[in-house]
Amino acid sequence: MDDDATADDEVRADGGRDGPAEGARDDAADPAREYSTYDQARWSQDGVYEPLVAEKDVTRVEIGDAGEESSSGDDSDSPLPDELTRDSLELPGLAEPAVARHYVRLSEMNYGVESGPFPLGSCTMKYNPKFTEELAGRPSAAVHPDRSDRSVQGVLGVMYGLQDYLARIGGMDAVTLQPPAGAAGEFTGIQIARAYHEDSGENRTEVIVPESAHGTNFATAAMVGFDVVELPSDEDGRVDLSALREAVGEDTAALMLTNPNTLGLFERDIEEIAEIVHDAGGLLYYDGANLNALLGRARPGDMGFDVMHYNVHKTFATPHGGGGPGAGPVGVTGELAPYLPTPHVRKAPEEEGGDYERYEPERSIGKVHGFEGNWLVCLKAYAYIARLGDAGLADASAKAVLNANYLASQIDYEIPYGPFHHEFVASAGDADAADVAKRMLDYGVHPPTTKWPETVPEALMTEPTEVESMDSLDDLAAAFSAVASEDEATVAAAPERTAARRIDQVAAARSPRLSWQALDTQN
Amino acid sequence: MLDAVGVDSEEALFDIPDPVRFDGTFDIPARNEQAVRREVGRRLDRTDDLTEFLGRGHYAHYVPSLVDDIARRQEFLTSYTQYQPEVAQGFLQALFEYQSLLVELTGLDVANCSMYDAATALGEAATLSRRVRSVSGERVLVPENLREGKRATLDQYARGPGLTVETYPTESGTADVEGLREAIDDDVSMVYAESPTVRGAIEERLGEIGEMTDDHDALSVLGSDPVALALLERPADVGADVIVGEADVLGLGRAYGMGLGLFVTREDYLRQVPGRLVGAGEDASGRRAYTLTLQTREQHIRKERATSNICTNQAWLALRAAVHAALLGPDGLVDLAEECVRLPRDLAARLTEIPGIQAPVSGRHHFREFQAHTDQPARAVASDLEAEGYAVHVVDEHRIQVCVTDVNAHAVNGFVAAMQEVA
Repeated sequence: MDDDATADDEVRADGGRDGPAEGARDDAADPAREYSTYDQARWSQDGVYEPLVAEKDVTRVEIGDAGEESSSGDDSDSPLPDELTRDSLELPGLAEPAVARHYVRLSEMNYGVESGPFPLGSCTMKYNPKFTEELAGRPSAAVHPDRSDRSVQGVLGVMYGLQDYLARIGGMDAVTLQPPAGAAGEFTGIQIARAYHEDSGENRTEVIVPESAHGTNFATAAMVGFDVVELPSDEDGRVDLSALREAVGEDTAALMLTNPNTLGLFERDIEEIAEIVHDAGGLLYYDGANLNALLGRARPGDMGFDVMHYNVHKTFATPHGGGGPGAGPVGVTGELAPYLPTPHVRKAPEEEGGDYERYEPERSIGKVHGFEGNWLVCLKAYAYIARLGDAGLADASAKAVLNANYLASQIDYEIPYGPFHHEFVASAGDADAADVAKRMLDYGVHPPTTKWPETVPEALMTEPTEVESMDSLDDLAAAFSAVASEDEATVAAAPERTAARRIDQVAAARSPRLSWQALDTQN
Repeated sequence: MLDAVGVDSEEALFDIPDPVRFDGTFDIPARNEQAVRREVGRRLDRTDDLTEFLGRGHYAHYVPSLVDDIARRQEFLTSYTQYQPEVAQGFLQALFEYQSLLVELTGLDVANCSMYDAATALGEAATLSRRVRSVSGERVLVPENLREGKRATLDQYARGPGLTVETYPTESGTADVEGLREAIDDDVSMVYAESPTVRGAIEERLGEIGEMTDDHDALSVLGSDPVALALLERPADVGADVIVGEADVLGLGRAYGMGLGLFVTREDYLRQVPGRLVGAGEDASGRRAYTLTLQTREQHIRKERATSNICTNQAWLALRAAVHAALLGPDGLVDLAEECVRLPRDLAARLTEIPGIQAPVSGRHHFREFQAHTDQPARAVASDLEAEGYAVHVVDEHRIQVCVTDVNAHAVNGFVAAMQEVA
């Protein structure tokens, strides 16, 4: 998840590895296993890959008085006076077949979950069931939020249903669907913590975040206006209780925690952690990024968490869409429910008709989205949960954890921390994790998250999820092994079979060119 | 697999202490795909089939079939953030093209790809005003008629950095520039204006607002959208420093308020921009290639010193907007924008002929929507319209707001007839 932009240019400090012969391992389930290879489509023309749409056509349209020159003569009387309009607009103007071909070619130069394994640690890249797309495409889902409650009962009913499902799954008393992403969920949860403490007449200024936490935790606490206190891990990779005791105090507003943590380890002392934080008057925030490990086996609410977010694009299989949209619903205990964002959905008593309705919670923090969040994403999550039910959800976490452990047993790299659950963090050892990742691309798999968390040197943070079969896990293991056995020069020169070869990210950042207009002026 | 791991069952792999083990049930029954489709579909269809004349920040234009077809290709839909650019050139290029589209529309240099929606983009603009060195002050000025949800979201973002949000007056749906002149001083860090405004009025004095804002060393932030920008004054020509708004007017359509936050700014503020940026660079073969860039601004590198906490964004919707814009081309975009001026003008002219209705209530030029006075209580008018199958906004005791674009233009005759019934 967290490549450093500079990682590509770091020089590997070591020699090669003495790995096994390519595609084979002594103790592997299938010792003769051959790795797969992958030649990604690569469209190329005149020394560039698929040309930009603006390199295929540029059409200039004059607006207003100058419009007499435009092709559509009857538009010369623009509906607005000239002083309110721009002079012209210059953009590509292609016929539909050309547009279709352009974007299909681009899609061919992009790797998705259905292309092959996508074991990005902490990102939970599951298969995205197709039927949820069909539901999200229904005309009755495509409505405006300013309609009356009585006329959007379908939307409100699904929202209420998802609030209810998520509350049960997380062991929380109330849930809002408004936050449009995980980080927005954190922002919501920490704003709730701030409002709660303010109402208690307390001025708490600090949020405690473990050093191995997601970058968003630190950034969120700062955005809400808190000072961030970084908490070191103990030597087992978990929260250091004595460090926590020292860190908490009357300034502590909250501790933000991921469980299992980013090393895949369950915070065994969670009850004691909750007690320490609560005794100090702080709240316990659960980052839902790793909830997939616990479905049906443990619930944040039962562990003492007061507020949490769910990453529905991780745990509940809504597509990541190349970076979003996701959704980051937030669950809270009954005590914090009055602070949820407005509006919240509730069901009227049956004797009053049993309709769903929107209302403003009593002490609402206000809003975190202009409307009511990423509705279509929430709809897909609701359908996924309904499809799986209790049994399917529990099965998902069982397989996710088994798959991670099986994959770990099949690879050469050292895994310093355990017992891990849905993900593990291997160390590339003397090799550069970023280089290893680049070479894995040539073997038809997406590499793990690299170089994070920093508690493991040259980290390869790997989360295969429940969707991989034993066969594809073996494929993935073969890719790890193949890279481990290769010489330094080969790995450092990778990838060679992808659409683009190794990209110089440092140079790209040094002279930023962020639009086709910038290419024109600088070339 | 269990043998390879050396355990008897999956349960043995869970290192969860007994006291926090969950041994209950969620009471969520598993259903097969067909049953879920039927059940959720039936639930969704409890929503009334109304023809919406609704806008106020969430708009719909016709989305060509190709947009869905392209966007649903698994290579786009199921991919992740492009942390491995060599295997994600396609999405990166599409986002680069999206950024370029916005650069052309605004005349500014740097567009990110993307924020959640217009309201959170506005919030991010406010925090930007706090970080930019050339700007000082702690007050953010917004029009008094700002949409409530946008205002409340801005308040949320303003709280952390200690900004105070205040309003300046409006007149007939646009900024009261003299009122703004009285409200502004050197303690103002940002002035926000919109065109079209939440009432659909086209702001006629953006240049003056930009100049006045600049005179007080404040950030000039303009709210708009890519369809409006195809026709209206170029933000760069009226002194805007940041453009925010909803880019989902392209490629998405109605989605119960789900959006695509636009964020475009000057190169001067490049290193303070929130969110993802795609840049062009070179690969080892010397060919142009794309990559996420300037990531040292972002939370996964910079942690609490990041420009924002945003990680997951609305990238797939940016792809959809880019495909839609490519299909429209500049002619199509300008035609659509001109239609957004003509349609409400024509509809207002027809409504105002109905006894008991005066439309539009202001003499401004309008884009997509306008407000109408109703002699009858507006709530009753809207409720009666709903019974006739139409939805409009109630904005005041005797005022409704009506939005008309290419998607509901076909229903205008029926709507006018219904208004005659209920007015």
